[in-house]
Amino acid sequence: MGKALLKRAGLLVGTLLLVSVLAFAAFSVIPGDPTTSVLGAEATREEIAAFRAQHGLDLPVWQRYWSWLAAFVTGDFGRSFKFDMPVSELVATRAQVTLVMAALSFALIVAISLPLGLISARRRGGVVDRLVTVLAQVTMSVPNFIMGIGLMFLFALVLKWFRPEYVPLEDGLGAHLRFMVFPALAVALPKSAMTVKLLRGSILGELGQDYIRTAYSKGNSQSSALRRHVLRNAMIPVVTFLAMAVGDIMAGSIVVEQVFTIPGLGRLLITEIGHRDYPVVQAIVVLLAAVVVGCNFLADLLYRVMDPRIAER
Amino acid sequence: MMLSIRDLSVVFTDRGAPFTAVDRFCLDMDRGEVVGIVGESGSGKSMTAHALMGLIRRSQVTVSGSAVFEGIDLLALSREELRQYQGRDLSIIFQEPMTSLNPTMRIGKQVEESLRIHEKLSRAERKARALDAMALAGLPDPESVYPQYPHQLSGGMRQRVMIASALVLRPRLLIADEPTTALDVTIQAQILETLKDINRKEGTAILFISHDLGVVKALCGRVVVMKQGNIVESGAVDDVFYHPRAEYTKLLIASRPARKKLRGGGQDG
Amino acid sequence: MKRKNWYLTIGVILTALMLLYIAVGFFWTPYVPSAMSAADREAKPSLRHLFGCDSMGRDVFSRTLEGAGSTLTIALAVLAVGAVCGLAVGALCGYYGGPVDALVMRLCDAIAAFPSVLLALVVLAVTGPGKYNVIGALGVLFVPSFARLVRGEFLKYRDRDFVRSARLMGVSGLRIIFVHILPNTWPVLLSGLTIGFNNAVLAEASMSYLGIGVTPTEPSLGYMLKDAQGYLFTLPWCAVFPAAVVILLILGVGLVGEGVRERMGAVS
Repeated sequence: MGKALLKRAGLLVGTLLLVSVLAFAAFSVIPGDPTTSVLGAEATREEIAAFRAQHGLDLPVWQRYWSWLAAFVTGDFGRSFKFDMPVSELVATRAQVTLVMAALSFALIVAISLPLGLISARRRGGVVDRLVTVLAQVTMSVPNFIMGIGLMFLFALVLKWFRPEYVPLEDGLGAHLRFMVFPALAVALPKSAMTVKLLRGSILGELGQDYIRTAYSKGNSQSSALRRHVLRNAMIPVVTFLAMAVGDIMAGSIVVEQVFTIPGLGRLLITEIGHRDYPVVQAIVVLLAAVVVGCNFLADLLYRVMDPRIAER
Repeated sequence: MMLSIRDLSVVFTDRGAPFTAVDRFCLDMDRGEVVGIVGESGSGKSMTAHALMGLIRRSQVTVSGSAVFEGIDLLALSREELRQYQGRDLSIIFQEPMTSLNPTMRIGKQVEESLRIHEKLSRAERKARALDAMALAGLPDPESVYPQYPHQLSGGMRQRVMIASALVLRPRLLIADEPTTALDVTIQAQILETLKDINRKEGTAILFISHDLGVVKALCGRVVVMKQGNIVESGAVDDVFYHPRAEYTKLLIASRPARKKLRGGGQDG
Repeated sequence: MKRKNWYLTIGVILTALMLLYIAVGFFWTPYVPSAMSAADREAKPSLRHLFGCDSMGRDVFSRTLEGAGSTLTIALAVLAVGAVCGLAVGALCGYYGGPVDALVMRLCDAIAAFPSVLLALVVLAVTGPGKYNVIGALGVLFVPSFARLVRGEFLKYRDRDFVRSARLMGVSGLRIIFVHILPNTWPVLLSGLTIGFNNAVLAEASMSYLGIGVTPTEPSLGYMLKDAQGYLFTLPWCAVFPAAVVILLILGVGLVGEGVRERMGAVS
């Protein structure tokens, strides 16, 4: 197990390095100089030269990459072209917002899909099961941002449960979360639908296995067979799916931030793409990649813990 | 009489016309007796065993008749009432030791499970009883097998684990549903030997189901031959084997030598 | 087991209706989609304007027709790029194997781990917005998932007896790949294509909504929704209809994919 994990960890670092190279290279070879878009067309030659020297744009690419990477791992993400402040400062506050939203979405997905999947599988073919199946199929067809607009319309404009105005953490955690739950729901609902479906199928698949018959033959009731035998086995693919879904949750958060005008990483990313503020964009890309790759690693780890058959290899 | 089965029928109504898998099956068994049911696949022999264990209680299946076990009609019990007997007074082992164990549960926990359900014991007591049952089932070094997972064991070992978990509460009746079919010839002989030992030492009655008359002859005193849900003939194993009356039994016996080199002769003599 | 495959039935009907709707839009729209009419500004849905008009007096029905057409075109183009390249990569890697296969699959795993919207955003940040850039970016990003899917299927078939006997008879590798193995993989490919199509529609709509997909002058359901968000309360029809088109399109194709998978499951 230790060896396989080490290999996985190596792969993790390798993937991140690859992403960093790609992210850096992409913004280094593009046509169009960020200087003009940042300083404007009327900038003097001296101003341009000073700007380029300040940001190290006059050095060869590999040298720039190396010093950028060396600084990046220490938490120094460079300076923003646009705001003339360290990227790390710029990113830190936004990252907190996005992380809260992603974490909230994840919690909602688990809270919504586990009970529904269980009920649906236990009462297979019943009214609840049919309703859940149909609803899930429709819900998973709704893009995050449309779900966001829908929730906004229903809860903010019609029911007036919240004002469509961002409430920062400084106004209190409760108020912050009360606002954030709606965008998080927009991210969570379509993913929950997929999870419900997966869990239901997984449970039904396990219920048909021979070892369930063995469990019944020992005097297990239906619920104890479900609790003691089915759940753990049925959860293995679901846990993997959930960990892999973190990438989609992050992507969904970024899009939904736009719907609810939340000042998170996504909004920063979008505006700075427009400003060609590459240090900021690079940093966000690599950070998001780290979260996604890290969660995939975690998925792998959990998979090994939950399924002893895999741990051997 | 420990077990008295009368007119046990199993009818499937899943798809269109009802299909009778078992038709008015009757059988009596004494305590400590070893009885075989023989027939080819689809003869209803496994279905009989599963119906007895209450494992085919579904809405599309009708089980009728009676099966009086120690004075209680198992077929008349509700699912909840039947649970009190399953794994405690009667147990079953299956054909597929590969899939009949939970892949993500430790061996020890699976062996102990009937104890956990039917009795209130401390963890240590449970473990002691489980190790005891594992030794009885012929598992070498139970202590080291206890924390392992099914995939770490061979097919024969897994079937011994199944036997151990079926025997942990020392039931009076063990139903063995083709327990050796999926195993190698040598392992098959060893498992049969173990079952014989258990019958002798613990006095556990065994209802042994097989498609192989030779295997049944090695283990059982009496045998019931089934074909398409009906009993073709029954009687003492030697009578049926050496003086078969039904054509079908003769065919079953005649078909044996062809498989002999696969099955090995160890249990024939 | 003859059970009615509801997924497939409803999915095919819904998809056919949506395609019909979009096909109409290619040839005819009741109004010029970009034409503004001061008199019809903020008009409610009526017989004159089926889906109403937006704040600038543009006919929403005409605009959704055109936007859906654009979305469909982009999604199909993305699918074409992704599927053809993915098929080639996956088939070659799966059939021949070796160190190149291992390397390519590592790369594919790394790319496929990221959500396509996010990656496409970054690519478009570099290339700038525009229909063809969207197609290129998404198309390339869809290659890994197809490649993995196809490779898995080829791995499954490459050691089957019918492939071996073909090899013994001296059939060339490429012919085995396309004539002997490929036809067997189509149910899995079809199911993969439906997922890919939905991802493409989703990504295109999301990116247009974010304002970094197609350029603002090009018709797009995403842009319409972005505009409509400002008038959600007063002009809800501006949001409801484009949203419904996106959802129904994804739902229909998703159901087809589900139906295909169910059918495969029933067969095997």
